[in-house]
Amino acid sequence: MDLQYFAELFLGGLTRGSIYALIALGYTMVYGIIELINFAHGEIYMIGAFTGLIVATVLTFAGFPTLAVLVLASVAAVVYSSCYGYTMEKIAYKPLRGAPRLSALISAIGMSLFLQNYVLLAQTSDFLPFPSLVPDLPFWEPYAHIISSQEIVIISVTALVMILLNLLIKFTRMGKAMRATSQDREMAMLTGVDVNRVISLTFIIGSATAALGAVLIASHIGQINFYVGFIAGIKAFVAAVLGGIGSVPGAVVGALVLGWTESFFTGYISSDYEDVFAFIFLVVILIFKPSGILGRSETQKV
Amino acid sequence: MASLIEIRKSFLVSIWFMFLTFPIMVIRVNTVENVIQWRWNNMIAVGLGSFLLSFVWRYLIRRKEQGVQRQEESTGLRRSIFQRIGEDRRIFLPGLTVAAVAVVVFPFLVSMYQVNIMTTAFMYIMLGLGLNIVVGVAGLLDLGYVAFYAVGAYTYALLNYHFGLSFWICLPIGAGLGAVFGILLGFPVLRLRGDYLAIVTLGFGEIIRLVLENWNEFSFGPSGIANIPRPGLFGVAFSLEAHSRYIYFIVVILAIFTIFMVNRLQNSRIGRAWLALREDEIACQAMGVDKTRTKLTAFALGATWAGLAGVVFAAKTTFINPASFTLWESINILCIVVLGGMGSITGVVLGALVLVLLPEYLRAFAEYRILTFGVVLVLMMVFRPGGIVSNVRRTYQFEGPDSGDK
Repeated sequence: MDLQYFAELFLGGLTRGSIYALIALGYTMVYGIIELINFAHGEIYMIGAFTGLIVATVLTFAGFPTLAVLVLASVAAVVYSSCYGYTMEKIAYKPLRGAPRLSALISAIGMSLFLQNYVLLAQTSDFLPFPSLVPDLPFWEPYAHIISSQEIVIISVTALVMILLNLLIKFTRMGKAMRATSQDREMAMLTGVDVNRVISLTFIIGSATAALGAVLIASHIGQINFYVGFIAGIKAFVAAVLGGIGSVPGAVVGALVLGWTESFFTGYISSDYEDVFAFIFLVVILIFKPSGILGRSETQKV
Repeated sequence: MASLIEIRKSFLVSIWFMFLTFPIMVIRVNTVENVIQWRWNNMIAVGLGSFLLSFVWRYLIRRKEQGVQRQEESTGLRRSIFQRIGEDRRIFLPGLTVAAVAVVVFPFLVSMYQVNIMTTAFMYIMLGLGLNIVVGVAGLLDLGYVAFYAVGAYTYALLNYHFGLSFWICLPIGAGLGAVFGILLGFPVLRLRGDYLAIVTLGFGEIIRLVLENWNEFSFGPSGIANIPRPGLFGVAFSLEAHSRYIYFIVVILAIFTIFMVNRLQNSRIGRAWLALREDEIACQAMGVDKTRTKLTAFALGATWAGLAGVVFAAKTTFINPASFTLWESINILCIVVLGGMGSITGVVLGALVLVLLPEYLRAFAEYRILTFGVVLVLMMVFRPGGIVSNVRRTYQFEGPDSGDK
């Protein structure tokens, strides 16, 4: 066995997994609170990438230094994606709180179609080259042949976001309110939790991490178009379900497992069937553990 | 002043939307030629538009909330206009006759293009009714339904290519293989429920598509299979136009057959078992319904129609490739079921007609077609979540001697 090749695949899988994790968070948090598969989440990610690109280009024209461009573009992407997530919830999901779950799902699909075509019409249908915003870290130079500094940035940002989010959920008042809402929304309301605010906040946080992921990934891959959100969304959704939807650590574990699965299968077996492996793996996991890797198995009440 | 508050609200909404759409609507960057366009007039349009629309939105939301209250107050059964038409024989029978005559004469009056669109619409009626069994009646959310459609289409294409089998032989084979694949999918997902089921079926659909795309020796890969013969009729030679009419009639007959069968199925023992399964799995088992068998038959019988429609699709377009069987196609069919009204046959038929014909005739403003479609989906769900025709459960009404005044 070639250890070098194995390490390459392992790190590639780790990067991939981190990317999925950043997007999967939004799915899993929204699902945990209102039990909705937010099909438009991938589109929020795409809007984050576009906002990042536009702001970055404008700022580069204005002559800002690279680091300032990176920071400002990321901030703009995060802010705008959060605003879109917030508005989307108010328009398409809030009026559907009491409706059957499938209605909310169709509404989400409609929102996804709308946002895709909104960007398509307002911007362009072509692939746009995305500037490489993340600079090469000089101190990483000796290790760059193993893993590029862009990848290390992606991995560390993901790790940081996860730790912060975990702290937020575990130790703050808002986090407590979120946990309460996801356990039992009506009971939480009775004990004085402002459920509407909690739901809005969940959408904002999920959109913000997706936008952060969008800027990092787009500058890593180097191009975006209006359709990138769809594929990324599906993959992230698979990751969220794999880890047990509704659980935040589950989303990270699921994303990493999915990233490694894809990386090793394509590396050792065949690259044609990359997505097939991912889905077969998902099916196999769910057959043996129907609630996902870290999901709680629900006991059905009669 | 209430109206001043309203205006202030709308003003804030329009400011919010102007802010929201600013980077994407106003700025357009061209990173190849390094130019930035500023389109300030878009911003004004968004501001004005959202200012006006927010009034309409609030009005509709208020009306909807009042409607909910009224519904809670009145305890009687509310029947939709379609149900009343369906029950009143004086309207129903002539209506049906007119519709039947219209369907028969239609292909002789209009252009081939229109006939083809109607053929597609009728195919989607079949697909919608098939999925309706799985999603609407049995309550199993299936996002990979298009896989069975692909199975049907490839059955005909490959059997014809390798063995020269004709359309009429392949039609039952396609339906049968659809059912077999339905059971194949059904087995692993027996234990799953809700969204886990949704994602596994989605994965199943994608696996089938990806295999078709990559297994070049078997399915000819992304380039697909061309020159699939159209269905024949005892060796009669048709012109192209007559052929599209002929296929139209085949599809109409198959669709009517589907409607008939699904209607009979829903009122049968197995149909009631599906309904029970949808309402409560555990109570259903406690009442002695075999869960495994019921679920598997739902998947199999749902997939049968997709297999059938797939064979017709291959024969109609004479060319198939995996790109016709993407996830969006599944979602489209799901939209037909949900938009039309889950579990209701009339609803699904109407839903299929609306969802196929609306985008087709919206082609006039082609660019905004899918955008509008998305908006329609959201609005429809927000203001009428039950679909066009919401299904009313069959109930027994007891008419005792003392209920005569009702």
